[in-house]
Amino acid sequence: MPEPLLEVRGLCRTFGDVRAVDDVTFTLPDGGSLGIVGESGSGKTTTARIVVGLDRADAGHVRVRGQDRTTQPRGRAERLARARQIQMVFQDPYLSLDPRTSVEAVLRETLELHRPGTDPAPRIRELLDQVGLGTRAADALPRELSGGQRQRVAIARALAVEPAVLVLDEAVAALDVSVQAQILNLLADIRDATGVGYLFITHDLGVVRCVTDDVIVMRRGRIVESGRTADVLALPNHAYTRLLMDSVPRPGWDPHAIGAARRALRNDDTPA
Amino acid sequence: MNTTEQHPADTPRPAPGGRPNTPAALDIRNLRMRLPHTARPVLDGVDLTVGAGETVALVGESGSGKTLTSRTVLRLLPAGTTTEGTVHVAGDDVLTMNARQLRHLRTRTAAMIFQDPRAAINPLRRIGDFLTESVRLNKIMTPAAAQARAGELLEAVGLTTEVPRRYPGQLSGGMLQRVMIAAALMGDPTLLLADEPTTALDVTTQAEVVALLGDLRARFGTGLLFVTHDLGLAAAISDRVYVMYAGRIAETGPAASVFARPRHPYTKALLDSTPGLDAPPGRLVAIDGQPPDLRREPTGCPFAPRCAHATELCTTETPRSMPARGEPAHTAACHHSDRLEGTPGDA
Ligand SMILES: Nc1ncnc2c1ncn2[C@@H]1O[C@H](COP(=O)(O)OP(=O)(O)OP(=O)(O)O)[C@@H](O)[C@H]1O
Ligand SMILES: Nc1ncnc2c1ncn2[C@@H]1O[C@H](COP(=O)(O)OP(=O)(O)O)[C@@H](O)[C@H]1O
Ligand code: SF4
Ligand SMILES: [Mg+2]
Ligand SMILES: [Mg+2]
Repeated sequence: MPEPLLEVRGLCRTFGDVRAVDDVTFTLPDGGSLGIVGESGSGKTTTARIVVGLDRADAGHVRVRGQDRTTQPRGRAERLARARQIQMVFQDPYLSLDPRTSVEAVLRETLELHRPGTDPAPRIRELLDQVGLGTRAADALPRELSGGQRQRVAIARALAVEPAVLVLDEAVAALDVSVQAQILNLLADIRDATGVGYLFITHDLGVVRCVTDDVIVMRRGRIVESGRTADVLALPNHAYTRLLMDSVPRPGWDPHAIGAARRALRNDDTPA
Repeated sequence: MNTTEQHPADTPRPAPGGRPNTPAALDIRNLRMRLPHTARPVLDGVDLTVGAGETVALVGESGSGKTLTSRTVLRLLPAGTTTEGTVHVAGDDVLTMNARQLRHLRTRTAAMIFQDPRAAINPLRRIGDFLTESVRLNKIMTPAAAQARAGELLEAVGLTTEVPRRYPGQLSGGMLQRVMIAAALMGDPTLLLADEPTTALDVTTQAEVVALLGDLRARFGTGLLFVTHDLGLAAAISDRVYVMYAGRIAETGPAASVFARPRHPYTKALLDSTPGLDAPPGRLVAIDGQPPDLRREPTGCPFAPRCAHATELCTTETPRSMPARGEPAHTAACHHSDRLEGTPGDA
């Protein structure tokens, strides 16, 4: 059997007495899209940060095509090689972009770092085109762009090094529905065209249904349910997954019942 | 706009969904606002009412003017703005109030809850001080009465009696938003303005906050204007809804009919671009292009450059708000409402 694109096994991370991530295991196949859902504080971002290499795990490992990433990288070349494997896109593109650097310069810097000696211009044009930004946007500073355009820039920068995996943490949460729809369609097109794999973190189940093949449901650092997205959303097994689904507002929705179900679930918990 | 002509501007009309014989909690008529150095009004003829005890949603994409509309109700206007039209809260005209009346409006009659509770609260002061500050400073209640009221409201929003001693940093986002709701209710407001109050919360916490707002309206009869860009949420909680585009009301009506049978292509497009649990899977129907910016004055319908139904007429003539056949409360400002599937045509 070929090595999976991304393999995460037994990941643990504690902050003080909070078990932020507790024995998390999943795999992402080549060109796949895996959603991570769960309420605030359930450990989604911590998992993502460890996968990308922004935080370390207390236990467990992360492998890309069989290669371990949990050890300290040896030297600059290895660090850059690892960065090329996995790239991340955050919720607020404004905070992750340098306010003084134009779109073109952002992409040029990234390309010169990872592909020294190659003319970055053709690749920059290709990237701008891929994320639906005209060449006019290339000279703009982040503050001159709309939220949706900034998120396109962040996606272009992440794609510049042709990563095998893109980790998106609430990457469309701050966008209006109309712009969000444009970005979700864009992400689907890019996956079709390049075969990049997505680890897609969100607490919007509608978004998960739209862009992922598989999903894991996290609660208090642990995975409580996982499977094909369509199956999990059609027939949720765990009471917590049902609670998340019932929490999605719709006509005839009963928010009181959700509060009650949430408290009941909390009371059922036996302390670990 | 048709209804406006039947009511002189100085007699507040009861809102369509409100309680009879009570002035509307909020009555905005033909509000036009200009910001400095702009080519078109940022709010352009907005008509909007919230009845006593009614929940009304204001939806639209970012930059459409939702926040400016709700801030105008407390006369919190950016410097250099000019306004025309009238804004009545519980029968009183906000735009002509003197300083004393305005203070009364902001501390008693109306209150506002913002999107980010952390940005609206001093991190160095205890929750208890924050809750009682406004009513104490404005001598609305004695310190003892204020403290008792704060305790009662904290209980109503599901927080415990030790919360007043805590600092904001010790509470989660959901708990802090409950504190903001309790603070907003300290003066028994007739009208609550909530600008994206649950956007920063996760879905289960959002449900609890929404349940709470529902209880409060049942208990205190507070009218609620709920600003959001989440159409699913608007459909779930509101009696009536207003859809705003480029500073104008594109469509309004009972939430059930607006979401089931939209009569404006913009409303329809927003619904189609929402990835719901019941929507067909696969690619979303996105709205191409961007809303018009304030530097250019659009002629005709402001949605025309993005509208699949646009005709010659749309680019030359501004559509007026027209009621639906058989449904006078459901109006849309579109020349071709009848081309949308399943909608009743104009009356
Ligand atoms: N650097 C840190 N120091 C201390 N505690 C932390 C740190 N990072 C995360 N935590 C804690 O770990 C838990 C998981 O946090 P995490 O950010 O992964 O949640 P999340 O699922 O991404 O939530 P959200 O939906 O709010 O983004 C929380 O209890 C959080 O308070
Ligand atoms: N204080 C201000 N000064 C100048 N322009 C503003 C100010 N507040 C809002 N605007 C502009 O007015 C328009 C409507 O803004 P807003 O009411 O905040 O929209 P929404 O809440 O629907 O996202 C936007 O074009 C915005 O840039
Ligand atoms: S008036 Fe014309 S352009 Fe405007 S929404 Fe209706 S059909 Fe579209
Ligand atoms: Mg997170
Ligand atoms: Mg706003």
